[in-house]
Amino acid sequence: MAKTLFEKIWDSHIVVEENGRSLLYVDRHLVHEVTSPQAFDGLRLNGRTVRRADLTFATMDHNVPTSDRSLPILDQTSSTQIKALERNCKEFGITLFDIHSPNQGIVHVIGPELGITLPGTTIVCGDSHTSTHGAFGALAFGIGTSDVEHVLATQCIMMEKPKTFEINIQGKRKNPHAVTAKDIILSIIRKIGTAGGTGTVIEYRGETISELTMEQRMTICNMSIEAGARAGLIAPDEKTFQYLRGRKYVPQNYDECVNLWRENLKSDSGARFDKSFTLGAENIAPQVSWGTNPAMTTDVTGTVPFPDEYGKGNPEEEKGAEKALQYMNLKSGTAITDITIDRVFIGSCTNSRLGDLMEAAKVVKGKKVSSQVRAMVVPGSQLVKKNAEEIGLDKIFKDAGFEWRESGCSMCLGMNPDILAAGERCASTSNRNFEGRQGTGGRTHLVSPVMAAAAAINGHFVDVRELDLN
Amino acid sequence: MQPFKKIKSIATPLDKVNVDTDQIVPKQFLKLIQRTGFGQYLFYDWRFENGTPKKDFILNDPSYKNSKILLARDNFGCGSSREHAVWALDDYGFKVIISTSFADIFYNNCFKNGVLPIRVSDDTLQQLFSTKSEIEIDLESQSIMVGGKSISFHIESHWKKILLEGLDDIAVTLLHENKIAIYEKSHKI
Repeated sequence: MAKTLFEKIWDSHIVVEENGRSLLYVDRHLVHEVTSPQAFDGLRLNGRTVRRADLTFATMDHNVPTSDRSLPILDQTSSTQIKALERNCKEFGITLFDIHSPNQGIVHVIGPELGITLPGTTIVCGDSHTSTHGAFGALAFGIGTSDVEHVLATQCIMMEKPKTFEINIQGKRKNPHAVTAKDIILSIIRKIGTAGGTGTVIEYRGETISELTMEQRMTICNMSIEAGARAGLIAPDEKTFQYLRGRKYVPQNYDECVNLWRENLKSDSGARFDKSFTLGAENIAPQVSWGTNPAMTTDVTGTVPFPDEYGKGNPEEEKGAEKALQYMNLKSGTAITDITIDRVFIGSCTNSRLGDLMEAAKVVKGKKVSSQVRAMVVPGSQLVKKNAEEIGLDKIFKDAGFEWRESGCSMCLGMNPDILAAGERCASTSNRNFEGRQGTGGRTHLVSPVMAAAAAINGHFVDVRELDLN
Repeated sequence: MQPFKKIKSIATPLDKVNVDTDQIVPKQFLKLIQRTGFGQYLFYDWRFENGTPKKDFILNDPSYKNSKILLARDNFGCGSSREHAVWALDDYGFKVIISTSFADIFYNNCFKNGVLPIRVSDDTLQQLFSTKSEIEIDLESQSIMVGGKSISFHIESHWKKILLEGLDDIAVTLLHENKIAIYEKSHKI
């Protein structure tokens, strides 16, 4: 029977099936400081151990400061959590990329970078953006802390089989430097809604997806959770195999693996999906979110909508939009390009990779950040930072007035010193514009790195298709 | 985990769609390394202003003080996977959450902590939102008793068993340890 890529990976990882659920084997378990301490405590409390420390990798990313790493961490609670991870990894023999490691970074940036992420594998992490790794044709999803403990103890996870959801993106973008992977995924979420993918694993397919780089594919899969999906997947191709070749943790028999992956890891023709959605890429415009969830997004050439226009007859959604506009302090009918900003954040597991920084740097080069704006770039990992510095990106950003910082989750979620003050408005390349996400009372507009860079220079959003980005 | 017992209580109506886990527990409280004590941070930024309870937020209405049931709108618990959201709801006293839909990770996290999420139809939710009297939840018979009427709900049988018996799901999985070992031998990457 013809199978989808998801079904192939799922079926090959079943250890036991019972009562309509499957015990799935987990090939790679990624761990970070925020969602793991209670899981390790649970192990100790029950006299259990980590079944496969060799398949478990940890780093600290959520609450690490992005300032000078040689200084002590001032926030005592952050410091306690970081020390707890160090202690737990030592006790259970888990590889840790700590704050001083050249491989430290956001867990979803370093996984692929180190070749821990591999096609056809199952990957879990106590973080919803684990969907990022699906860009390599891995079945990767976020789990809660109880499941982190379960995976540590058993190397398995008990799950009901999700449904399959095919999202086809066809056609060529008119200006791929200005209309980025971020704009594609925001367009999708805007159309299918924040619960559009609930209970499903999305497979992104089509001409537009094939053309994307691996980093851009990660941006797409990363935000699958923002559409409510359990995971996002893209079938691996030559770009995938090339990206991973030679990375630290790829298998020694890499060529053999590639042959198997090339042959098996794709949805069979005739495979049926439970749900399907098609989007044409030609007419996608640069996107800017205006509200407090990622579906509350519009074209940069558009205006802030009226609640009834957004709600389309659903009174709950209409009320939600009203409340969002109030929180965001925006008036319906305002042109998106008239929205002025106070802060710019380029970073996060969505958009902090070398390609993201290179695209943003094109906009910034030789210009100055608007005097009204404080702007920062936070590379996703120490390796991204090093590679960026080797080609002089740090200098371009710093000369323009950006802060150039150490790697971590930073202002994507204000768990570290990088936060918005109440009332501050930020153009952010992160993934969530929820109330208070970047700091209590802070206002987030989700955009691409190119849009964030242009907003930093101009002090407001601009149609980046009008810039020379080639 | 404690076995799940019948719950009878007034229900707190939280009339908002797409409530994300960042609202349920804001990020500044995720740095604690234990599972307990999160109730005080539940809906923190909606519940308090400069540390003082906001009068217009439903949890601060004294009539819902001892409520064990939370009524929520569509897509409750979306966003971050933080289990702290369930720890906060549970610690505050909510043992049942009723909505038309839940985000996947949040839904799973509930069962792992003895909290029962119940999916109901729009009409049923509307009816529950408009009642002021106590509601009784019986997991065994899968029913919601409201105003002398019984409304049945669906729940996956394994989750029902785990809640009713208060099972440790790691111990349940470890019963299959030999099969895990066999899988590991035949499957290497």
